[in-house]
Amino acid sequence: MTTSTPDNDERQDVRRPGELNARELARWGWRQLTSMRTALILLLLLALAAVPGSLIPQDGVDSLKADQWREAHTTLTPIYETLGLFNVYSTPWFAAIYLLLMVSLVGCIIPRCLVYARAMRAQPPATPANLTRLPDSTTYVTDEEPEEVLAAARKALRGYRLRRSTGSTTESPDDSVSAEKGYLREAGNLVFHMSLIIVLVAFALGSLFGYKGGVIVLVGEEYGFANEMSQYDDLKPGSLFAPEDLDEFTFKIDDFHAEWLTTGKGAGTARGFNSKIRYTEGTGEEKAYDLKVNHPLTVGGTDVFLLAHGYAPVITVRDGEGNVSYSGPTIFLPQSQNLLSFGVVKAPYSSPEELGFQGLFYPFEGTVDGEPVNLTGDIGDGSHAMLSLQGFRGDLNLDAGPQSVYSLDTSKAHMMSPDHTGKAFNLRLGESAELPDGLGSISFDDVQQWNRVQISKSPGKEWALLGVSLALVGLLGSLFIRPRRVWVRARRADGGTLVEIAALDRSGGGDTAAVVTGLAETLRGARTHEEN
Amino acid sequence: MTDHTWGVLSNQAITAAGTVYFLALLCAVAEWSAWLSRAKASVAEKELVGAGAAADETETPADAAAAVREQRAALFGRLSLLLTVIAVACHLVALVSRGMAADPNRVPWGNMYEFTISGSFVVAAAYVVLYRRLKLAWMATWVLGFTFVVLMLAVVGLYEPVAPLTEALNSYWLVIHVIAAIIATGAFTLGGIASVAYLLKKRYPDATLLARVPELEALDRVSYRIHAFAFPVWTFGVLISGPIWAHEAWGSYWNWDPKEVWAFITWVVYAGYLHARATAGWKGKKAAIVALVGLATLWFNFIGINYFSSTSQHSYAAPAPTASVVEVVETTR
Ligand code: HEM
Repeated sequence: MTTSTPDNDERQDVRRPGELNARELARWGWRQLTSMRTALILLLLLALAAVPGSLIPQDGVDSLKADQWREAHTTLTPIYETLGLFNVYSTPWFAAIYLLLMVSLVGCIIPRCLVYARAMRAQPPATPANLTRLPDSTTYVTDEEPEEVLAAARKALRGYRLRRSTGSTTESPDDSVSAEKGYLREAGNLVFHMSLIIVLVAFALGSLFGYKGGVIVLVGEEYGFANEMSQYDDLKPGSLFAPEDLDEFTFKIDDFHAEWLTTGKGAGTARGFNSKIRYTEGTGEEKAYDLKVNHPLTVGGTDVFLLAHGYAPVITVRDGEGNVSYSGPTIFLPQSQNLLSFGVVKAPYSSPEELGFQGLFYPFEGTVDGEPVNLTGDIGDGSHAMLSLQGFRGDLNLDAGPQSVYSLDTSKAHMMSPDHTGKAFNLRLGESAELPDGLGSISFDDVQQWNRVQISKSPGKEWALLGVSLALVGLLGSLFIRPRRVWVRARRADGGTLVEIAALDRSGGGDTAAVVTGLAETLRGARTHEEN
Repeated sequence: MTDHTWGVLSNQAITAAGTVYFLALLCAVAEWSAWLSRAKASVAEKELVGAGAAADETETPADAAAAVREQRAALFGRLSLLLTVIAVACHLVALVSRGMAADPNRVPWGNMYEFTISGSFVVAAAYVVLYRRLKLAWMATWVLGFTFVVLMLAVVGLYEPVAPLTEALNSYWLVIHVIAAIIATGAFTLGGIASVAYLLKKRYPDATLLARVPELEALDRVSYRIHAFAFPVWTFGVLISGPIWAHEAWGSYWNWDPKEVWAFITWVVYAGYLHARATAGWKGKKAAIVALVGLATLWFNFIGINYFSSTSQHSYAAPAPTASVVEVVETTR
C-alpha cells in the first residue's frame, strides 16, 4: 500500500535526499507523489486554480465579455495574456495540476487493487490474545458450554466472513470466532477513483475532438442549413477536430411559434418557443422534428439546439438610378428581452454613392412621453412594427478588410436624413421613404423570423456519464459500507464460561460500541429464550 | 384558490414560520442557559470539594437546585423541538403554496428568494429528521439561529413576487438537479455547524458556554456522517444531473460557467475534506477547517457569484443571456 501512514512519512522526511542514490530518489519521489497527503494538496490546489477562471471573463465562455475586459484594462491585459488567464481551463499550468493528480491517482490505485485482490481471498485475522484491551469490548459469564456460545455467535454473525477453524494450533486455539465484513467498502473506493479516470479521459476526448458552433437560420421553406464548415457563423473546434468529422445532414425550419408573457415582470418576453423543422440525414429520407429549448435534435453524433430567436425585416434599397441595390430579409439582433433589435443594411453597389443604414427594429412600437419604446416582442399582425434607421452615404470603408455584417463603419461616410431634417428614417410595415438628393429610396416590405441554433458534437459524453455514475455508486459503497471485525471468545473459567466480545471499525466512522452490546444481548437473549 | 391567494398564503406562512422559529430559538436559549448555570454550579461544587469541604452523601440544597434546573432544561428542550416542528411545517406550507401561486404551477426555486427559503427549510428539516439519530439536541440554538436569520434576510432583502420560469428553467432535470443541490446545501450547512462547534470546543475545551456541546470525538463523527451524506448528493446534483440538464438546455454538458466552476470547486474541497480525515496530520482540526472552506465556497457560489460575475448563464443570477446572440457580431468580424 502506498498510502501514507504517519511513521512511513516521517521516516521519509528525516532522510535527506543527498543520502539517496538516483534510484532511491526516484522511488522516494514516486512515493511522495502517490501519497494521500499529496493527493490532498493537489486537490486543494486544483480548487484554487479553478478560481480565476470564474472571475475573469473567459474566451471560451463569453469572448465578447473577454474582449471588453481587455479593452478596459490595458495594463493588466498583457500580464493576464501571458498567464493564460483568459483561457484558464486550457493553460499548461492548469493541465499540470490535474495531470499530476491523475498520475498520483493511478499510482495510488493500482497497488491498492493488488492489495485488495489479495485481501479478498484472505481469511479474517486471528483473534487477538487479549480482547478486552480493544477500545470496544465486553465480557460476561454464563453457564453455557463454550461450544454452544461459539455456535450461537457464528449464527448471529450472519453476513460476516468467518475465519476457518484452525484446529488447536497455538496461534489460534479453537476457542473463538473471528469475523469480518465490509470488504466492499474498499471495492467502492477503488471503483470511485478509477471512474474518475474514465471521466477525465472522456472529458478530454470531448474537448479535443468535439466542436461547438452557432448559426442563425431564417424561418421558411427557401432557407435552411447544411452541416458544412462554411455555413457556420462561428465555430469553436477542439484542437484535434477535423472538418471530415462533421456529420452529414441538412435541415429547414418550416414554422416558428413563441408564447408571449402579457403580464408580470417579464411581460413582453417570450416564455416558450418552438420550431417545426424537417431534416435529412445523409442521403436518407426527410423527417420532421419539434425543436424546443430543453429538447434538442440528435442526428448521428451531433446535437442541434434551439437557443434564441428574433426578427429579420425584409428591406429593399433602390439607388439613384432606380436599380435595386439591396433586398432581402435582414437579421436584426435582439438588444433586450422584448426583442427590440439592432441591425445594419449595406448597399455598396448603389450609384451614385454607396448607401448604408443602421438602427433599431421595434416589433411593437408605442410612444411613452413622446419617445418611441418597444412594448412587447410579440409582433402580432405587424401593424405596430417599426424600423427606425439612420442613413449614411459615401464610403462604407469595405476595402479596409473584412467587416461584420452586424456593424457599419461610418468613419468615411456622411449621415443623411429625410429631406435633410436630421431625423431618422422611420418606416412602418409596407412603407417606403425617399432618400435626400435623389439618392434613391428605402422600403420596409415584410418581416421574417430567425432562429439561432447551436450545433455541437461532444464525443465521449456517454462515457463521461457512465464514469460519473459508476463513481457515484463506488462513492456510496466507500462511504456507507462499514468495514468491521468482530471477535467472540468463550473459555472455561471458574464458575462457568467466560465470554469476551470485541469489535473494531477500520473506517473510524462506525459505532462499534453498539455492535458489541448488540451482539452480547443477542447471545444472552438466545440463552434466556431457550431456558423459558 | 387563485394564484393570488396562494401567493398571499405563502407570504403569511413564511411570516408564521419565522415567528415560530424565533419562539423555538428563545426556548433553546432558555435550555442552553439552564445548562450553563448547571455547568457553573458543578464547577463551583468541585471548587468547594477541592477546598476541603465535606462532600457527604446526604442530599444538599445544591443537588436539589440542580435537579430543578435539569427538569427546566429538559422542558425547554422539548418545547423548543415541538416549536421547531411546527415552524418547519409552516415553512413547508410556504414552499408548497409558493409553487402553487405560479402559473403554471412549478417548483419553488426560480430565484434567490425561493432558493434561500428552500435551502433554509432543508437545514431545519434535516435537523428535525436527524435529531434522534445523531443526538442533535445541542444544535438547537445554532440551527434555529441560522434558519431564523437566513429567513429574515430572504424576506427583507431577496423577496420577489411570483413569476413564471424562463424557458430554459422549465425542465424536469432542473427539478432533480435543484432538489439535489438544495438538499446537499442544507446538509453541508448542518455539517458545517458541527465543524464550527468542533473547532470552538477544541480551542476552548473548558468554556462553560460550550458545556452543552458534545465531546470532540462525537462532534467529529457527527460532522463526518452529515458530510458523508451530503457529498454523494452534491456529486449527483452537480456532476450528473447538472451536466445532463446543461446538455439539454445549452448544448454542451460542461461550459465552465462560473456557477459550474464554483460547484466543482466546492466538490473538490469536500473531497479534500474526506481525504483530510483519512490523512495523518490532517485529521481533526485541519479537516474541520477544510470542511468550512468547502462551506464558504458553497455559499459564495450561491450568493457571491450572482453579484460578482456577469457571465453566468444561470438565469436567476442575471438578466437572460443575450450574450450568445451578440457573440455573432464579434466572431464574424
Ligand atoms: C480527483 C481526485 C480525487 C477525488 C475526488 C477523491 C475522492 C475521494 C473520496 C471522496 C474519498 C473518501 C472515501 C472514504 O472516506 O473512505 C477518497 C478516499 C481515498 N482517496 Fe481519493 N480522491 C481523489 C484522488 C485521489 C488520489 C490522487 C489518491 C491517491 C493518492 C487518492 C487516494 C485515496 C485514498 C487512499 C482514500 C481512502 C481513504 C480511506 O480509506 O478512508 N484519492 N477519495
